[in-house]
This record gives sequence, C-alpha cells and structure tokens, in this order.
Amino acid sequence: MPSSAVYLIDPSHCGFRGSKRAVEGVRMQEVTIGIAGAAGDGLDKSGDTLAKTCGRLGLHVYAYNSYQSIIRGGHIWLRVRIGDKKVLNHGDNLNAVICLNQDSLERHAPEVNEGGVIIFNSDKLKLDPTLVPKGVQTLGLPMKEICKEVEAEHGALQPIMQNTVAVGAVLAIAKLGLEEASSVMADTFAHKGDKVINLNVSLLKVGYEYAEKNAKAITKDWTFSKKRRPFVTGNEAIAFGAVAAGCKFYSAYPMTPASTILHWMAAHAQQVDVCVKQCEDELSVINMAIGAGIAGVRSMCGTAGGGFALMTEAIGMAGIMEVPVVCVEVQRGGPSTGLPTKTEQGDLFQVYGASQGEFPKIIVAPRSVADAYDTTVNVFNLADKFQLPVMLISDLLLSEHPETVDPEAFYSDIKIDRGQVVSEWAESKGKFKRFQFTESGISPRALPGTENCNFVSATDDHDEESILISDMFTCEPIRRKISEKRFRKMDNLLKEIPAPKLEGPADADVTLVCWGSTSGVVEEAAEILTAAGVKTNFLVLKWIVPFHAKEVQEILSKAKKKISVEVNFTSQMARYIKMETGVSMDGHVNRYDGEPLEPKEVAGRVQDILKGKKLDLDVSEEDAKQIAYHYLRTHYAEKLRPTKVVQESANGHGEPVWSIELTERATGKQGGKMKVGVHTGATYSFEKEPVEAK
Amino acid sequence: MATVIELPVETYKGPVDPDWCPGCGDFGVLRSVQTAAGKCGVHPKDLLVVSGIGCSSNLPGFIHAYGIHSLHGRSVPVATGAHLANTDLKVVITGGDGDGYGIGVGHLIHAMRRNLDVTYVVMDNQIYGLTTGQASPTSAKGVKTKSTPAGNFESPLNPLVMAITSGATYVARGFSGEQKQLGELIAGGIAHKGFALIDVFSPCVTYNKINTYPYFKERVYKLEDEGYEPTDFYKAIEKAYEWGDRIPLGVVYKTEQETYEDNEPVLKKGPLVKQKLGIPKNVHQALIDEMI
Repeated sequence: MPSSAVYLIDPSHCGFRGSKRAVEGVRMQEVTIGIAGAAGDGLDKSGDTLAKTCGRLGLHVYAYNSYQSIIRGGHIWLRVRIGDKKVLNHGDNLNAVICLNQDSLERHAPEVNEGGVIIFNSDKLKLDPTLVPKGVQTLGLPMKEICKEVEAEHGALQPIMQNTVAVGAVLAIAKLGLEEASSVMADTFAHKGDKVINLNVSLLKVGYEYAEKNAKAITKDWTFSKKRRPFVTGNEAIAFGAVAAGCKFYSAYPMTPASTILHWMAAHAQQVDVCVKQCEDELSVINMAIGAGIAGVRSMCGTAGGGFALMTEAIGMAGIMEVPVVCVEVQRGGPSTGLPTKTEQGDLFQVYGASQGEFPKIIVAPRSVADAYDTTVNVFNLADKFQLPVMLISDLLLSEHPETVDPEAFYSDIKIDRGQVVSEWAESKGKFKRFQFTESGISPRALPGTENCNFVSATDDHDEESILISDMFTCEPIRRKISEKRFRKMDNLLKEIPAPKLEGPADADVTLVCWGSTSGVVEEAAEILTAAGVKTNFLVLKWIVPFHAKEVQEILSKAKKKISVEVNFTSQMARYIKMETGVSMDGHVNRYDGEPLEPKEVAGRVQDILKGKKLDLDVSEEDAKQIAYHYLRTHYAEKLRPTKVVQESANGHGEPVWSIELTERATGKQGGKMKVGVHTGATYSFEKEPVEAK
Repeated sequence: MATVIELPVETYKGPVDPDWCPGCGDFGVLRSVQTAAGKCGVHPKDLLVVSGIGCSSNLPGFIHAYGIHSLHGRSVPVATGAHLANTDLKVVITGGDGDGYGIGVGHLIHAMRRNLDVTYVVMDNQIYGLTTGQASPTSAKGVKTKSTPAGNFESPLNPLVMAITSGATYVARGFSGEQKQLGELIAGGIAHKGFALIDVFSPCVTYNKINTYPYFKERVYKLEDEGYEPTDFYKAIEKAYEWGDRIPLGVVYKTEQETYEDNEPVLKKGPLVKQKLGIPKNVHQALIDEMI
C-alpha cells in the first residue's frame, strides 16, 4: 500500500487483498521487491543488478523509483516488480523489502504483504517488532559476521557494499539463482577488472547463502525462458528511437525528468553521429532545433513542463514556417517548480495551447516504453511529410521508469520518408514557391544550399513565395488561403494515424479512459475489475492532435459507464474529449500527490464510483502518521516517531482532529503529541515535552 | 584556400524593395551586406541571412539569399542550429540593438563564448523603432523617449566591450554613413573563422533625433587611419570604451581561436545535413545489447 496515496483505498473495496489478487495466479507468477534508503546509498545500482538478472533469465520486470530532489539524503524508494509474463506497472504489492537505513525500515516494514520478508543490516538497524505485519519474516543480516571471509580476502568493505549482500539474499528468497546475477556483475564491473568482479560476486554469494539458511523462499520455482530482454527507460527508448529514425541534432537544457534523454544522446553521440547541444536556456534549445530543421536535418529537443513553457513561442514559429521538428515534453508535478522528481499528467492543456495563433501540429502521448520507441520513430516521418512541429508528451513515470522490453520492439528496419524535398530546381521552371498553395496543403520544400530555390522562412505570415503579407502588402484572400492550406495538412494527417480502439471485452459494464503511462495501470485495473465480476474495457488516447473525434465519440457514446483515469487534479483528458466529442465522463479517478496510480487503487476507486460512493478526501490514519513524520523530520531531527493515532472530535478547531502520540526513538518513552485536522490536514499543535511532565 | 571569385552586388538584389523609412540607416547596411557577400564570393544558395524581429530584422526579405526571419531575440539560436546542421552555409545574422542586446542578449553572449563561426551585424540605432520609439539597451542616459519621458536613467550597454570579454574573435564597429568601410568590415567578418560581431551605427531618422547622421559624422574616426592594431585584448577593451567627442570605427579586436564547429566531433565527418540518416545495423544491435 503506498504510504502517501491521496486516494488510499480500503482493501475491502477491491475484494482481492488478503486472498491475493484473484487473477494473480491465472495471469502470472510475480514478486515485488522494494529497496529503500537515502540518495547516495547506491540502491539504484542494486535494483539494476536485480532487474538485469531477471531480464537475462527471461522474466519480465517493471521498476519504479520514487525519489526526491536531493543529491544526498532524503528518501529513495525503489520497487522492482518481477513476473513471468509482461509486467505492466509497478503494482501495489510488496513481497520483500531491503531497508538501508532506520527511517526506511520504519516506513516500509509495515507495508510488506503476508508471506513476505523484511531484509536489513542487523548490525546497524533495529527493527521494532510491532512494525512487522502478521505472517512476515524478518531477515536481519549480521553484515560483519557474514562478510568476514570476504573482508579477509578483499580488505575493509565500503558501506555501499551491504547492498550487494542484500541483493544476494533476495536472489535466494525469490529463487532467482546466483549464476545470472554473477554474469551481470561481471559485465557491470568489466571495466574495473577481475578483482572488483570477484569481490561483488562473493558479496552476492554470502548474502545468498545466509538467506538460504535463515529465510524461507517467497516464490515458487520459476520457469526461465532465458530470452534476454533489455531493461530500458522511456527516455532511453525515445532517444534510441530518435537516432534510429535519423535524428542528427538534439538540443536540451538540463531539467528533470527529461535530462536522461540528453545524457543518453551525449553518451552515444559519436557512436550514432548525432550533434548534441546543451544550450543556455530552453528558448535557445527549441530555436536551435528549429534552425537545424530548416537547414534540413532531423532535429529534436526535450524538456519538462517548465522548460516547455519557455519554448511555446517558438512552437508557433515552427507552425507558421512549416518546419519539421520534434519536441519532447516530459511532465512532472506542477505548477511552477512543483514536484521536480514526481510524476503528473498536468501539462496536456499547456502543450495543446502552446503558442499564440492557430497552426497545424501533432501532439502524441506514447503509452509504454516500447511504444515510446515506435512513436518517436514514426513522428520523424510525419514531421517531415507534413512539415510541422511534433510535441511528444511523456511523463516522469514513463520517461524514468525502466522495464524489460522484447528486443524486437527496438526494430531496426526503419523506412525514412523525408517528404517532399526539392533537390534541384531549373531556373526555367520559374520561381520556386516554398509555400505553394496545393490541394494536399503540403508545399514542396527546399533546403538552404539548393540552387534557384531561395526563400525566407518567416514568422510573419506570407504568400506562396514567402513574401510577407503582414507589413506593406497585406492581402486578406492570401491570408485566408494560406491558413486553409496549412490546415488542409491536418485532414490528411488524420488519415495516416490510427484511431484509438477499445481494449478488453466489448460488452463491458464500464469503460476506463486514460493516456500516457497510466494506461499500463489501467490495463491491469481492468483485469482486476473483470475478474471481480465488473466487466471492464479501456480506451487509451495516444494521438491527441489531430484527434479522431468521430471514432472516439462513437466508442464512448456506446459505453455504459465511462470513467477517466488520470494523474492530475482536473481530468484534463476528460475535458479535452468533451470539447472534441461532446461526451462527458460518468466519473473521474485522479491522483495528484506525485506518485503514480496503482492498479488495485484504480479498481477500488472505480467500484466506489459505480456504487455511487463519494470520494473521501479526509486525512486517513495512515496519512496522519505521514504528516506527523513530515513534521518531525523537518522540525525535530527525527528524534521522535509517531506511534498511536486517535481521532478526537470536540477540540476547538472546528473539525475533528487526529491526536498523534509521539515516541522517543532512543528510549521508547512518550515524547510528545501532535494534532492534525481530519478535513484540512492542518497541523494544529505540536508539543515535544513528555505529556506527563506538563 | 580556394581563390575567391567575387560576385557583383546585383547578385543579391532581393525580390522586394525595402520598406524602411526614407533615409533609414538600414539601407546602407543592406547594401554593405550585399557588397560583403559579393566580395567573399558567397553564392546566394550558400548564404543564409537570419534575423529576429524589428525594422532591421526585415532585412532577409530584401536580399537574394536564403533567409530566416525568426522570433524577437532568437536569431542567434536559430542561426546556431542552422549552421551546425549545415556548416557549408555562410550564416549572417542581422538585427537591431533591441533584438540583439535586449531580448536576445543571453543567446548572444553564449554564442560568442562558443566562438561559433557566424557573422552578426547589429543595426544599432539606440532606439526601438518598429514599436514607435522606446528606450533601447544602447540608449544614452538622460534620453527622453516614449517610455522614458523624464529621461532614461539606465546606463547604456557597451556592445563592443561585451563582445570582446564574452569571447567574440572579431569585433568591429561600422557606420551606415561609411558604406565602403562597412562593406569591408562585414566582408572581414564573413571571411573570419569564428564569431564576428559588427555593431553598426544605423540612424533611425524617425524616432531618434539625437543619434543622427550629423551626430556620428562629427565624432567618428577610422582606427585604420591611426595605425591601430586590433590584436591586443586589453588595448581593444580600452578602445571599445572610447566614446564622446571621438568614436572609433573599424576592427577593434581580432584573434584566431578554435571555433565551436572545430571541436564538435560529429562535424568531422562533414556537414550534418549531408550525413547518412539512421544508424547501421551493428550499432543498432550494440545499443540493445548494452541495455541487457
């Protein structure tokens, strides 16, 4: 159960919790491993080892790292969900957790599912037995003792190496074996030599052996297909797709969660011959990309919502100049700086409304890592063919989470279509008209350097020959005709992109509507609901502009109940669909606390909506605890921790409050009290002296 | 180097005549850009003139060349992208003081520190003309304009000092009243390998009644007439600060440095636009393998 969910669902809502997900056994064998610690603890590397091991064994993995905008410290929470079939999201189970510090242990030990295991360094950390859920094993690793022989051979170990021992333990209890993980270590540390490889393999081994003796396995035996699958993030897929499609120029300004596209491009620049330009700001980023586009190379730029806000004027420039350019907008928690390292789908309207005036454009939101590759490859052809800007919307979850993907998804057989480019123009043919009024709306373009084709790409509106119609030679009919020419491209473009299709049973009781990374969660939620007797299908909106309004209207007007599922507050996609089709949703599922939706959470919310149950936005007991933890971390250096939480009514605050007892970490004695409003979440009081002493 | 075959100035006669106010300094600058392109033998197909927004930024429409008439303040990044995409093009950026030293100054400084191989001609009239007369970044202190009716109390920016200290490797000042010299200065900039900034006094005859032709004619002198050598960094800065009764025209600073293009490894294989698109199969497979 996510600790910070806004819409925490009562497990009874979905009817699967406790008895395990009804469809779990049918669909796949799976296990979810959590790793928690502070930034700088190196837990992402441990997650990589685990995930790559599974990827080589033929298992499927989806990992999600919940992190904060801090380089050292803070709280990092990585979940690695492993299954023997395609894993669509990070799920909402937790079968084993590796806790690298005391805070992590307190936060996540209580979240482990029955039958699971809590793994920690028992030399350093203390696990309060009251935090261990029923039926959960604890595996304290006495690191000093376990690593004695390794230390004798390799010398004193760095603290970070405890992670590798813990990963070894997971390999044992999750029945993943040592062999493949050792091969991953060999490849990871190949550049550091045999000694480092041996050290890491030994650490895995001692952890593995200790866990085999001291803990029960948490999974059944797997069938390993040994099909090797790459473990890839959405941003890597976008960058890879771009260069595979012939992108030769990439510009960017560092901004989470888009920066890893820049990193991938820079790291591979010379291998794939792409010119990578880190710019002084996002204004420069997009203007450079457009300049490169005019000069004739396939160009792309990338940013997050804030950077895109700076780019908007230039998007319109690409529109009026009819320049092919691809701009990736990775959404993160907004508004403004918002939640820089958290996910959200709050930028749809920003991207839709980007730039003044009206112009043809493509807006597309890929739904998965494999789709991010395919979409990126395709939009380069569309940008060239229709000579317009493409805005590819991603979100932090899609862009930053890695998952195993079938290698076939990264196809290399790519047909590059540059559209209508004039390579030579005889003077006898008369003047070359860059913006020639054609039936298709597409005018042949020439690249600078082509003889007899000179023209100006202008931000002022212009005639066929690119002479301005804004200043001296204004002409209403020409303005009307060039506007119509530009928009004719959209009619033809719509025919080239696939219309959205319903997925799941045709005769469903409920239709879920979503976009972007949320579709992976919705797909599983639909399965859960269907298995529970609520027949559910879903519609993923990928091509946003141009939009298949007719098809979407037909699908949705036939649906019995329509519920939008989005990681935002205002259900932007639902509003957009209403604008385009006139169809309203019957309900909305939203999440806006920075964390992605989870399948059982969606299923529970959908069942509530179907029952007509109003959404409860009150601070739950678990929320109250989290608010107390936050207050203690920010004001009281974590000397206390919340223990007992009781609701009180008559209290003078005008709303019921949670009264939270705080206990001293060191002594276990009562250390203070806090009151938090049940409706508003306001912190009304904090007393740090022992209550008895007053 | 190949011998330069000079082209006549008529080669660059544009499709339409300029719509600047009669007497505008920009006419002289346009003519000088055309002369300079001819002097350097740049074929119109290989000449890309990039501007922002403003009276002077209309220049690409009045010259026979490829042109990009971009957004206000964004001519430099657009030109950067275009030049990195096709280094065979000669890129000349044209615009005004508001465009280059106001809204676009951030890009300008970075392009200069990169020593990008382009030429930037700024038609500096010390006023915003197209918006009918507001103070610009180079307006003198005390000047009354529509936006400073009580007198401008901001200090003007010194473009030459900014250029020299930011890393431009060819820094010059011209005057549209001295067309012969101006043509040579711009030709020098085009021929120069690296970032060339040519700040040009280009009087606005409608909205600037102070910095007029006579104002400059009384004050300007030519550096080459005094035997000035533009190679010393500190002397150049000193010269760039000279203002008042005597204002220098000519190349203030010139040095040979590696350009951005020299250091971009991908460009060693030729202009990007002429490179093959996509990646070879073996590289494609290697990219997949590294993620397993």
